[in-house]
Amino acid sequence: MRFTKLILAAVGLAVGVSGFAVSEAKAAEQFIPSLVYRTGPYAPNGTPFADGAMDYYKMLNARDGGINGVKLVVEECDTGYNTDRGVECYERLKGKGETGAAAFSPLSTGITYAIIERAAKDKIPVFSMGYGRTDASDGRVFPYVFTAPSTYWSQASALVRYVGSEEGGMANLKGKKIALVYHDSAYGKEPIPTLETLAEKYGFTFHKFPVTHPGLEQKATWLSIGRKLRPDWVFMWGWGVMNQTAIKEAAAVGFPMNKFIGAWWSGAEPDTRPAGKAAIGYKSAAFHSPGSNFIVHQDIFQHVYGKGNGTTTEDLVGEVLYNRGLINSVFVSEAIRTAMSKYGNKAMTGEQIRWGFENLDLTNAKLSKLGLSRFMKPVKITCLNHEGGTPLRIQEWKGQQWEFVSDWIEPMNDIVRPMIEASAAKYAAEKGITPRTCN
Amino acid sequence: MEFLTAIFVSPFIEIYEYPLFFIEVVLGGLLAGVMYSLVALGFVLIFKASGVFNFAQGAMVLFAALTLVGLIEHGFPIWLALISTIIVMIALAMAIEKVVLRKLVNQEPIILFMATIGLSYFLDGFGQTLWGSDVKVLDLGIPNAPIEFLGILVNQFDLVAAASAGTLVAVLAIFFQKTRIGRALRAVADDHQAALSVGIPLKTIWAIVWAVAGLVGLVAGIMWGTKLGVQFTLTLVALKALPVLILGGFTSIPGAIIGGLIIGMGEKVAEVFWGAAFGGAIEDWFAYMLALAFLLFRPQGLFGEKIIERV
Repeated sequence: MRFTKLILAAVGLAVGVSGFAVSEAKAAEQFIPSLVYRTGPYAPNGTPFADGAMDYYKMLNARDGGINGVKLVVEECDTGYNTDRGVECYERLKGKGETGAAAFSPLSTGITYAIIERAAKDKIPVFSMGYGRTDASDGRVFPYVFTAPSTYWSQASALVRYVGSEEGGMANLKGKKIALVYHDSAYGKEPIPTLETLAEKYGFTFHKFPVTHPGLEQKATWLSIGRKLRPDWVFMWGWGVMNQTAIKEAAAVGFPMNKFIGAWWSGAEPDTRPAGKAAIGYKSAAFHSPGSNFIVHQDIFQHVYGKGNGTTTEDLVGEVLYNRGLINSVFVSEAIRTAMSKYGNKAMTGEQIRWGFENLDLTNAKLSKLGLSRFMKPVKITCLNHEGGTPLRIQEWKGQQWEFVSDWIEPMNDIVRPMIEASAAKYAAEKGITPRTCN
Repeated sequence: MEFLTAIFVSPFIEIYEYPLFFIEVVLGGLLAGVMYSLVALGFVLIFKASGVFNFAQGAMVLFAALTLVGLIEHGFPIWLALISTIIVMIALAMAIEKVVLRKLVNQEPIILFMATIGLSYFLDGFGQTLWGSDVKVLDLGIPNAPIEFLGILVNQFDLVAAASAGTLVAVLAIFFQKTRIGRALRAVADDHQAALSVGIPLKTIWAIVWAVAGLVGLVAGIMWGTKLGVQFTLTLVALKALPVLILGGFTSIPGAIIGGLIIGMGEKVAEVFWGAAFGGAIEDWFAYMLALAFLLFRPQGLFGEKIIERV
């Protein structure tokens, strides 16, 4: 049944693509590459993200005819979450379309690291939304990398602030034990400098527990945590199967779920559902709402799924990672729109879109206009600050869905920003880059 | 100096000071090892009967689990889904024998190995094409909560897994020792030519052994799928079985069990007590180091057949 549907879909796609190319040959088109992973061990997490990202572009094309009359042409390239394949995809897609690739969103910290220098040379923005290299938030050193709306370092600081509030004040963190279970990769290691700095500042002890890819077996890790260290809180920087395994193993050693908080890449339905009842009470960070009760989703239902053009099934619209993919596309499309406000309504080059990103101001009014009212906090990107420093919230798994259990929590920008600038300056010195001036 | 202390002093002090915790880690490791043995058994069965290292065993685990959970999702009661999956795995074994193996009789083992690599990719893709690549929940009602016994924490799920593996080994032992087919399988394993000369049908035996390996894969898929959710990653559990096979020998069912227990216990003890000295996350490579260390003394593995060639 599914096989037949796949064949039909492939035939439909082939016919559709060729038809599209003929009928729209003269219309302006903006090419947007989409690095996805619908295959491999991380596919259960990569697929909903890719679906959300694709559906938003489809909706813009169907509802508005693209952006200011410029149709969006999106091509996926499956990286399988492998850095080498990610670089291959980048090289294959960077020159496509009449003005080249609009921006790359690798959805992998490893791939982001690998293409940062190439993209700067090729003048194509890299939009690593909530992942990637945190110090790339310094726009003076990394003009082509954007990390909005927040970074791992900001997230780590906000998590410590949340834990402080749960403990009755930051002063009460003194003497507490906080453990970090992390994917032993560039991604998983990102929050370590921040947590080490904050441990020194607030007097808690910080303990690290790396987990080897893909994280199938964590019994030793959780015996050490749950039976030996017995920390007050555990943070997790996991991805894919590592998350479910960690939740199950934490439950197996009796570690309380309400003291276990995942990063925003460790807090989606594919992470908690397979863990069953053991996951109830587990928390994670989030910078946007879950659910499909927003105007943007109604537009997607009407203009995409209503016409039988949905990328996934309707019941999956509004899941955490679907919404994150959607937000990714909102940022990219709004950067293109902002660029058009300066350069005119035509296909934009990567360099022009970089300007669009740098002048992107998603205010409450703007978010409301996009059908995203109360979906996320406003974000303003500047030449100097490519992050925006958006606050985050803590959500909790209730067994069937995620619900917010905290208000918005501000990251410790006073601590994180100097760290970002110091790290970026070090990178600039290593690479012989002269930081540009931002006025 | 600090590094040497972390290797030769601190772990032993810790074990001395926290003996119950040490027992917990050993027990946890043994139970994890049982899960590795479940996967290793499938490899052993096929290697024993045909001399083929079946690269597709991980894919068979995934395919079996995907089929089972897919049928349950389509409204099949669990018992019917289980029977249907068993039938599918037997049909798959027959198809593999007919389409892949039959054409390769008398070929070099490396050719058969290459064929199983192809088979692995096919099953990975075919399974996901049929049933999708999202994570599927397999809930058989096995409790995951820990129980405490004499101050030692044990996970109920691990106990159920150990009981399942034990039952499976007992059934396989009876099958191999007491049935006609089992004796024929052993004869084929000992000498293909001799078995053929006394009228044992090699093709039938291969189909049977692949079917049995498929059923072992189904049990492994159920246990691992219940633990992790049924998803592509299940194919990677095969990697956990490799050091078990190296250590236990490729031709011994008891070797797969004992090897699994040693590897499981060794890697957990190493990770918990020696991991910090190396920055953590050592259990994966430590398992291979442990297996290789055994090979220095028993090149054929702990229970593998010693090959004596007269020239």
